[in-house]
Amino acid sequence: MRTNRIWSWLFVALAIAYFALPLIGTFEFSLKMRRAAYSLDAYAVVLGDPRFQQTFMYSVLMALATIAVGVLLVVPTAYWVRLKLPHWRPFMEFMTLLPLVIPPIVIVFGYIRLYNTSSWLPLTGSAMGTNVLLMFGYVVLALPYMYRAVDTGLRAIDVATLTEAAQSLGAGWVTILARVILPNVAVAVLSGAFLTFAIVIGEFVMAALLSRPAFGPYMQLLGANRAYEPAALAVIAFLITWGCMALIQVVSRFAPKPPEQLH
Amino acid sequence: MSFAWLGVMPFLLFALLFLILPTMKIVVGSFQTNEGGFTLANIANLFQPSILSAYWISIRISLASALLGCGFGFLVAWAFVLGGLPGWIRSPLLTFSGVASNFAGVPLAFAFLATFGRLGLVTLILRDWFGINIYGLGFNLLSFGGLTLTYLFFQIPLAILIITPALDGMRREWREAAAILGASGFQYWRIVAFPILWPSLLGTFALLFANSFGAVATAYALTGSSLSIVPILLFAQIRGDVLQDPHLGYALAFGMIVVTGIANGIYIWLRARSERWIK
Repeated sequence: MRTNRIWSWLFVALAIAYFALPLIGTFEFSLKMRRAAYSLDAYAVVLGDPRFQQTFMYSVLMALATIAVGVLLVVPTAYWVRLKLPHWRPFMEFMTLLPLVIPPIVIVFGYIRLYNTSSWLPLTGSAMGTNVLLMFGYVVLALPYMYRAVDTGLRAIDVATLTEAAQSLGAGWVTILARVILPNVAVAVLSGAFLTFAIVIGEFVMAALLSRPAFGPYMQLLGANRAYEPAALAVIAFLITWGCMALIQVVSRFAPKPPEQLH
Repeated sequence: MSFAWLGVMPFLLFALLFLILPTMKIVVGSFQTNEGGFTLANIANLFQPSILSAYWISIRISLASALLGCGFGFLVAWAFVLGGLPGWIRSPLLTFSGVASNFAGVPLAFAFLATFGRLGLVTLILRDWFGINIYGLGFNLLSFGGLTLTYLFFQIPLAILIITPALDGMRREWREAAAILGASGFQYWRIVAFPILWPSLLGTFALLFANSFGAVATAYALTGSSLSIVPILLFAQIRGDVLQDPHLGYALAFGMIVVTGIANGIYIWLRARSERWIK
């Protein structure tokens, strides 16, 4: 067992080195914009760039819209499948896994061909239409994570009993979903939401091919033309991802325990 | 007759419009001529040297990053699940894996350029402190090896996240039973542990393969269009019809679906097999 432990430390140390070096390297590089001294100049330049502010705000709004639409779509569906259509679960699992099978670049290629200006639903004909199309594309990308999170959350509560109790008190479907089910799966919804935020904020392929002024294409463009600013952007992007994951950890402390553990 | 299925209609309509139909459009388009008739010519056109080599390098990068990702991911997961490390190390490692497996795309390319690029931290340290010029030795970040090294940053954490539950399912009793019957550590791994783990290891491999095969943003931000892998070729094709044949573009995308579809099919099939043991 002693030799085991030596090997274990070695593997973990190697892993830490591999994962820490790019982070340290990026951070160090981002400080080198001024000659012969470390400075935060690169951050000042990036944060002061009006196009950074515009594209970042665009992607934040996009992420929020994606989360709102995703929750409205996923929570009622997952609830309904658990309550009334349990035999549909393998099918739903398959459908929600599909976005992991079909690469996003193929999906957006399909959008461009299917919803162009000469089609029956010319979404790409206007800026607003393209925004909506991109948002739906992000909902598709978030679907595997969102559906899984909510479905796991629903497993921990007794959906049938809660529904009957609410119905016997005179609640309609909207009331049941909004005031009984949603609060009970709030932690799962929030976990899915933060993960969605992390995915959408830096997404590149869909936004670039639909020509929307999002944060991902902005980063790519800056990377092709500048030296130090991209490193600063990478540090900022890493902090955002880290923040989202930290929030998931924080909210999952408040998750309801599965029924069998509540004695 | 029950109308319960009406409740999932909004979801089905959404999936149809923004997932199924766009994909079908690509699949159907790759079997069509410009006039709309059926043809296999587009698929046959994929077998030209430039496109075949794009698929080949994509497949090689995906194989290499999936194999290494799986291997190192397994070793690290083994280290903190079974390797006798103190318990506090597990939770931060898993949290970090969650972060790093989602830290793909454009910023990841920047991070590796700033670290292993020509003026990157590691490149300079090796050159100035140890006298090793990795670029003089033939290393290039904008190449097969460089892209594989970069992809590992999200592949290893993903492997750790999937393999850890499988290792958690390994019972102490199995090891003890094997030891009582006189098995050495090596025999235990070869005869007991590995046959139980291999479906989840191979499944992880398939998922990692599909994961890197479809990745565009990291490669594009890292290499521009200098490295001709399938997703980048498709990206250029969608932007400006570089193949000068729209239906060949469909066929290129269809080929991607086939490759990732096979990889994911293997993953789903093997996951069902491995779950038999992990209860």
